[in-house]
Amino acid sequence: MEISLDSLVLWRWGPVLLNATILYTWLVMALLVLVSWLVTRKLSTGARISKWQNLLEVLVAGMREQIRQISQEEPGPYLPFIGTLFIFISVANLLAVVPGYHPPTDSLSTTAALALCVLVAVPVYGIAQQGLGGYLRHYLRPTVLMLPFHILSEMTRTLALAVRLFGNVMSGAMIGAILLAVAPLFFPLIMQLLELLIGQVQAFIFAVLATVYIASATQAHAERKEAASPGAGAPNRVGDQPKED
Amino acid sequence: MSAVEIIGIVSIIMAGLTIALGSIGPALAQGRAITQALAAMAQQPDEAATIARTLFVGLAMIESLAIYCLVVAMILIYANPFWNYVIAKAGG
Repeated sequence: MEISLDSLVLWRWGPVLLNATILYTWLVMALLVLVSWLVTRKLSTGARISKWQNLLEVLVAGMREQIRQISQEEPGPYLPFIGTLFIFISVANLLAVVPGYHPPTDSLSTTAALALCVLVAVPVYGIAQQGLGGYLRHYLRPTVLMLPFHILSEMTRTLALAVRLFGNVMSGAMIGAILLAVAPLFFPLIMQLLELLIGQVQAFIFAVLATVYIASATQAHAERKEAASPGAGAPNRVGDQPKED
Repeated sequence: MSAVEIIGIVSIIMAGLTIALGSIGPALAQGRAITQALAAMAQQPDEAATIARTLFVGLAMIESLAIYCLVVAMILIYANPFWNYVIAKAGG
């Protein structure tokens, strides 16, 4: 039994090889681009909109709302990155209902690539928000002693992102294969349904964690300002107490 | 016993033990997280959406510990580097 699709080489030309993971990734990408292009080609602002435009509007509005609630910021700059991650993983996992298709997230190389994108995006957003010095200073907070732990946590959370998605999708495929050998009649179907649900939950989790990481890099500024303000509110509280009595 | 037999036996036993021991902690943790989240939702139904989202994220992070164990067990069974080394040595 193969643990990943990477070893399934479909086409080879010298050092260039095309394995199943790359092929299915391209298929998902092509599908997403095609559908987006077809739908956004004729957008209308009137009262009557097409079904597909309605679907995309619901999707985008929902993602904006989630990002706003999680990061407590305007979702504008984050939507392209987070939204792309979510839609790609979600569609890649959802297409598992199509016979013959294998999710590209079944391979550690795909999930590692996605996690590396998050690893790079965190400093990019952080520097864009508060400048190079401001971003680098958060590594030294609260003391210089924390520097190795900050760096270590960036490494481990990237690893965790990659292995979590890979492990969930891969274990689903593996359990499906094992159940097919043990109890082939009806039970694998239920596990397949559960796998679809888990795939969507994992897409959501991946996007939420990416948002949390990016927001934590951009918000160090805002938190310090908020931490200063409750001190100003304290006299009011003292003043309120006699009124209640 | 030859090296091949020892590696095979140890790998299979450890794969089972990895899953068995590794799922105890996450199981307890997930049960506790869900209990607390349900209690919080019962007290504050208005905040249910926020609590549920945080619960999902927390559950996924706890569950990833169990998933690490699963990945290690899978590697031990299907992609064991020591096994491959011994087999390659015996074959070559």
